Amino acid sequence: MATQTQTRSLPVSPTSRATAGLTPTVSLWWREIVRFYRNRGRVIGVIASPLLFWVVIGSGFGTSFRSDAPGGQSHYLEYFFPGAVTMIVLFTSIFAMMSVIEDRKEGFLLSVLVAPVHRSVIVMGKVLGGATLAALQGLIFLAFTPFLVGAHLGFDNILPIVLTVFLISFALTSLGFAIAWPMDSTQAFHAIVNLFLLPLWMLSGALFPLSGASGWIRVLMQVNPVTYGNEALRALIFPGSASLLPVGTSLGILAAFAAAMFVWAFVMANRRTTKPPA
Amino acid sequence: MAEAQIAKTNTTSAATTTVIRLESLRHSYNGRTALDGVSFDVRHAEIFGLLGPNGSGKTTMFRILSTLMLPQSGRAVVLGHDAATDPTGLRREIGVVFQAASVDVKLTARENLRHVGHLYGLKGKALDQRIAETLTRVGLADRANDSVETYSGGMMRRVELAKGLLHHPSVLLLDEPTTGLDPGARRDLWEYLAMLRDQERVTVVVTTHLMEEAERCDRLAILSQGRLVALGTPGELKCEIGGDVILLEPREDAPALAAKIYGRFGLEAQVIDGKVRLEKEQGHRFVTEVMDAFPGEIQSISVSRPNLEDVFIHRTGHRFWTEMSDAAAEDQSKKGKRR
Repeated sequence: MATQTQTRSLPVSPTSRATAGLTPTVSLWWREIVRFYRNRGRVIGVIASPLLFWVVIGSGFGTSFRSDAPGGQSHYLEYFFPGAVTMIVLFTSIFAMMSVIEDRKEGFLLSVLVAPVHRSVIVMGKVLGGATLAALQGLIFLAFTPFLVGAHLGFDNILPIVLTVFLISFALTSLGFAIAWPMDSTQAFHAIVNLFLLPLWMLSGALFPLSGASGWIRVLMQVNPVTYGNEALRALIFPGSASLLPVGTSLGILAAFAAAMFVWAFVMANRRTTKPPA
Repeated sequence: MAEAQIAKTNTTSAATTTVIRLESLRHSYNGRTALDGVSFDVRHAEIFGLLGPNGSGKTTMFRILSTLMLPQSGRAVVLGHDAATDPTGLRREIGVVFQAASVDVKLTARENLRHVGHLYGLKGKALDQRIAETLTRVGLADRANDSVETYSGGMMRRVELAKGLLHHPSVLLLDEPTTGLDPGARRDLWEYLAMLRDQERVTVVVTTHLMEEAERCDRLAILSQGRLVALGTPGELKCEIGGDVILLEPREDAPALAAKIYGRFGLEAQVIDGKVRLEKEQGHRFVTEVMDAFPGEIQSISVSRPNLEDVFIHRTGHRFWTEMSDAAAEDQSKKGKRR
């Protein structure tokens, strides 16, 4: 006999409303933050790794690459800077959601699932937690901007930069959540995520500019939503550099991507099936 | 007229005393049947035990009742909330204590409870008060601000219990709650459950594979291979076994001895683990008769009042633990495939 797996969506009954709102969201968010700072290894990693990536990769590539892009980013270290921020944020965001699998294994997730709390709250709390940490790491990286030729960081652009970094974090954390939700092993998560992550990053203009790409690579870069995050960051940090689109448009595309990823994560979490939860 | 009124109140109270109703629940995993049409009711403010070996379907039932899994067919209703169609309403009524730990060990007991409170929509002073109350009730008030990592197994269980009770549920579901507890902590937990039933009128549903725990339940459902094999109070169930249970250890061949006993006394005897088992009233008299009848063939003999394991054997024809090891092996192979 074949196993049937039925999926039914959660009906909305007027008499039994789920707990929603800020309190449970903040509570789940806060838990992610507390778990982070009580783990010294993670704290050290977050601060040390951006520095290492940037210096090692940037310096290594630097002598063999000349950007065609006008606007004074003569050295690759400068070109690579927004890409490095994107990379740090990308990796931290998506891997933060490994905690979904850990929560499931530790049984914590089950106790959340039997609570009368709306599933969007669960997704929002966890995603905000992961996104906050990833964005924080990306923003720490911005402390290097004074050492860059042509970079600018001031009151006029700090808020849009924070917003961009946060949107990238939120989108990728949601993606990580959606992938992690049905999985029962962190190894499998690693394997699947790498499949997404490397192309998303390499084809985002982080390594080489879109203007230099040709053919199908160029098309892939244009449909990759991360490209617009990277573009927005570059345009904001290096005001003189040429950019594909106005910053506002890039941010709009990024926001739409983030919303889509969040909806996907919610749909995954809102499914109820006839299969065991863990 | 007075009589009619009484009858009316009786029916309404009968309707409200049913807290949980299970109707022909069926479920299977990859073709292996876990529940095969189980129906029963759980009444208000009773400790209801789900007794069965591992693989008998009690965990499946627990998953369905706690809304973690949809039933493939049949219905599970808690206080009018159908597990399939109104999970949120059902979740408001239940407190759940899982077999595996669900506390966040990196957080303190208080932080764990505050978090749970938030998920149930409690906050601020009311929540703080509720947390203090619950921690005092489970005897953890003095360790409330220590990280759960530093707790003993018994203390961790009490945090689990506190998590399940914080929002004052009308139904408490516990899945093998005494796993890993020493006898003292086990006894404490059961006394606590009885207190909840008597003082707070909480309906308690507890799964177990331990006979001595099942004895402490008000009513029991015994499950075997996904079927309900017995339902009633431990006393009622034991009563249905006519008289005493006699266990004979033969010197040589058990089936041969069983056949001889049938031939001589007309008694149905079962062979279980190389021993002959039979049920008979006035067991002590039968001992001398059987010893006289087959001198030298019996190594040892014992007579006992029936216990719940005897009920299980009586209803299923096999021992409790043999089924368990089969099911456990099957479980292992299933897990192996999934990885």
